[in-house]
Amino acid sequence: MAELRGYKELPIGAIPFRLSTDYKTGDWRALRPVVDHNKCVKCMLCWIYCPDMAVIWDGEKILINYDYCKGCGLCAHECPVKAITMEPEPTE
Amino acid sequence: MTEAVKTPKIPPEKQILMTVNGDEAVAYAAKQSLVDVVAAYPITPQTIIVEKFSEFVADGEVHTEFVPVESEHSAMSACVGAAAAGARAFTATAANGLALMWEILYIAASLRLPIVLAVANRALSAPINIHNDHSDAYGMRDSGWVQIFVENVQEAYDTTIQAFKIAEDERVLLPVAVNLDGFFLSHTLENIRMLPDEEVHKFLGGYRKTYPKVKVDYFDEEVPLILNPARPLSFGPLDLYDYYFEHKMHQIEAMKRVPEVVREVNEKWYELTGRKYGDGVLVPYGVEDADVVVTVLGSTGGTVRHIVKKLRSRGYKVGTIRIRLFRPFPHKELAEMLKGVKVVGVMDRGISFGSYGPSFLDINTALYDLKERPLLVNYVYGLGGRDAPPEMIEKMFMELLEIAKTGEVKERLKFLGVRE
Repeated sequence: MAELRGYKELPIGAIPFRLSTDYKTGDWRALRPVVDHNKCVKCMLCWIYCPDMAVIWDGEKILINYDYCKGCGLCAHECPVKAITMEPEPTE
Repeated sequence: MTEAVKTPKIPPEKQILMTVNGDEAVAYAAKQSLVDVVAAYPITPQTIIVEKFSEFVADGEVHTEFVPVESEHSAMSACVGAAAAGARAFTATAANGLALMWEILYIAASLRLPIVLAVANRALSAPINIHNDHSDAYGMRDSGWVQIFVENVQEAYDTTIQAFKIAEDERVLLPVAVNLDGFFLSHTLENIRMLPDEEVHKFLGGYRKTYPKVKVDYFDEEVPLILNPARPLSFGPLDLYDYYFEHKMHQIEAMKRVPEVVREVNEKWYELTGRKYGDGVLVPYGVEDADVVVTVLGSTGGTVRHIVKKLRSRGYKVGTIRIRLFRPFPHKELAEMLKGVKVVGVMDRGISFGSYGPSFLDINTALYDLKERPLLVNYVYGLGGRDAPPEMIEKMFMELLEIAKTGEVKERLKFLGVRE
């Protein structure tokens, strides 16, 4: 996170001064989806349901973009073969 | 108060003499102000404004997009969208309709959208009442809007046009509410002078087409503060404890610059039309050597001035100040004017329950820094359209003159014209 700016350095109208992609909303997450690729049947329901477009198809398998995944668990709930589990965020 | 000028740019005979009520005057002013979008929902006593304007639309006299929305909440929301897209947006409401707009009023101000809103002031429910007081305007006091109160129909016309000029000034960029007393002004016919269309267009610089520039990290150059797919900006997304406070500072700073712009616009209007209202902020009368001064907002200002003239002719040292600009409140200017006055009567057509009238709170604050403070009495009057006749005002002045003599305020908060 860059240093916080003072109001004299900010644009008026309360518009964000950075692109929304710069705001990594993944840090809101309490639980993270973890994919078991041995169980995944590549049906892509998780890709359809993800409200944050945080499920990515890399051409062979699905990946989770943890920069933006907020951990809502919709993907795990919708997965027909229970290939996605919600696990606590690793603590350091 | 209208003062004549020797040589206005548009002399009175070149102005258009019209017999209109306050609502129609506002509608004509909006029409001449080249408004791009009107989104409105009817409510008494404002209805004639948007009714008249919808006639202009139906008759093809304006280019305006008229959005007949399903509520006042939607009316203000549509104005927010339109203004963010770069349009000149206008709406009108009153009382409960204004209350329903409440949430979006704050958003319009925070996003710095120069919307103009005409409020035909009316009492808030319950019990339901369609007549005039200032409880609706007092309710939006803290929303971040500029609030101007007018005294007569001519001023309602003049101020509506001025409001666009003030709102869109780069130093301001805030929404402006023009308050005209319901029925007393909204439905009362008056002969007024209007400018020819092209003179209003010139005064406003034509359509709204210049926008403030903002700098964001993802564009190399400054970009106009409007919604434009080619130069995308986000209006009103999430802002937490990290930046919300800073963004409120922008509104606080902008409010500070409003009085100077109101004064400038008042002066420019004077040069153009020969009409001005005090310095645009405060309209004093007979204050210089006065022992007793009464402050007032809106149409009652005329009645109070009438009584001041009458009492002055009998040798009483009395005066009055009509507060034209209520938000931002001119604390310093008012304190300067009231220096040396013995007693100030503050008339409020509304009350903050459990406290005083809202203008009393501000005037009390304004006077605190004076070394010798005048005595203060708050008169709450005229709720729900209760008349404020000259005799009542005169009685109030006599009471204040008595206080000036004795130096004793028995009751700080008084109620005028109510039955016990």
